[in-house]
Amino acid sequence: MLESLFFLIVAAVAVLSGILVITCKNPINSALSLILTFFCVATFYVMLEAPFMAAVQVIVYAGAIMVLIVFVIMLLNIKTETDKRTSHAVLISSIIGLFVLFETIYFLNRSSLTGSKGLMDSAMIKSVGHTEIIGKALFTDFLLPFEITSLLLLVAIVGAVVVSKRKI
Amino acid sequence: MGYEILGLPLIYYLAMLGKVIVVFLFVLLTVAYATYAERKIIGHMQVRLGPMETAWHGLLQPIADGLKLFFKEEIIPSQASKLVFLLSPFIALVPAFIAFAVIPFGDTIEIAGYKIPLQIAAYYDTAAGKVIDVNVGVLYILAMAGMGVYGIVLAGWSSNNKYSLLGGLRSAAQVISYELAASFALVAVFMLSESLSLQKIVADQAGVFGWYVWKQPLAFILFCICSVAETNRTPFDLPEAENELVAGFGTEYSSMKYAMFFMAEYANMVTVSAVAATFFLGGWQGPTPWPILNFVAKVYFFMFCFIWIRATYPRYRYDQLMRLGWKVFLPLALLNIVVTGIVVTLFK
Repeated sequence: MLESLFFLIVAAVAVLSGILVITCKNPINSALSLILTFFCVATFYVMLEAPFMAAVQVIVYAGAIMVLIVFVIMLLNIKTETDKRTSHAVLISSIIGLFVLFETIYFLNRSSLTGSKGLMDSAMIKSVGHTEIIGKALFTDFLLPFEITSLLLLVAIVGAVVVSKRKI
Repeated sequence: MGYEILGLPLIYYLAMLGKVIVVFLFVLLTVAYATYAERKIIGHMQVRLGPMETAWHGLLQPIADGLKLFFKEEIIPSQASKLVFLLSPFIALVPAFIAFAVIPFGDTIEIAGYKIPLQIAAYYDTAAGKVIDVNVGVLYILAMAGMGVYGIVLAGWSSNNKYSLLGGLRSAAQVISYELAASFALVAVFMLSESLSLQKIVADQAGVFGWYVWKQPLAFILFCICSVAETNRTPFDLPEAENELVAGFGTEYSSMKYAMFFMAEYANMVTVSAVAATFFLGGWQGPTPWPILNFVAKVYFFMFCFIWIRATYPRYRYDQLMRLGWKVFLPLALLNIVVTGIVVTLFK
């Protein structure tokens, strides 16, 4: 009971701040709302017994990435967006949005829950530890995707250095 | 005492509340008297007396200062971004305090037959027979350390003042750079403890020679220097370099809001000192048989070092600061992780 009440409050904040992200005229206010949304998502992770994900969500998204975004907005001194009516963009994006919404609802209703449970239940997480489970999975079953991701990040870093430096 | 709420005895909740209040009061008092200690210590280091007028040797000076700031006029610049301007002192202050929730400040004590661990976010599981705490405590502290920067950055931006903005930008760049090195220094520690829970990290450091400072001296030095930079203290206090930026991000703030930034800085010092004591000097496991005394003494030792450093070193230049962070500390911290990894794999 208490947990679902808490969930509803956090969910309401999440949805509200999510709406604020796209409706705020000022880019800094949008960024702040996005940080709030990330916090709500982190709270959901805690409620789903995934504390590691919650901590990483706050450190990486709310901490590192959003500081960078706020930093860039401040550095470029982006002014408040003046009220421009770009009807084509709004029309096209709302059509795509509605399409995706209907698609989601359709696919959700088409299937039903099978009731079979996976390996990772509450007891397992409690006895082994969430961080340990993720670590083990990342370095055994998902080693190749993990390494490919790190390679991609390396390419991105080298690319950033090449682009930003005139002479290497 | 048979009364229960949600399957847990009432004393659990009372103990939780008690711990929150005690820790909060401790941090607040330390913050207030850290300002006094700073003025006194730096005063004596510069052959001055420091505050002497308010009560015996100026002992009531922090209270007088607090009252003065409280009754000052509150000025909000007309072109400021109001909501963010009002919010940012709180954003700076709150993370500094709540990081304390996962720091163990004493051994498990027994009240009326129930075992109470002296750590806010922890309880004693009678079925399992051990203390259960936040099992990602380390990451929680890192996350909260990352949140504190928003207060300063947003204060700088919302003041609508060039000096403030520059101070805020500097702070953002500085904290991102040094947070990375500080986090990597801590990674080496939890590679040894094999756990992210602070209970486990403290339990592993039994005895003075079990402290991680002996096994990870490089990480300890790196963490100490980086935490000075993260708390925006001299010699890394560029966000509020008064001879070039007036007062940096805090230029437009007055009255209680200014006091809150001040408190946030000192609360961050307390928190960082507590983290350093927990990770490297064994937390409450220490030279004397009184756990709480050990912990408090270590925290105050680090606080003293902060003040000592301020009295000793001149301020860095901005490019020196960036070079030091990215080209010296980060590679050293990474090297430390690699070496620790090799040693742990070979000698286990």
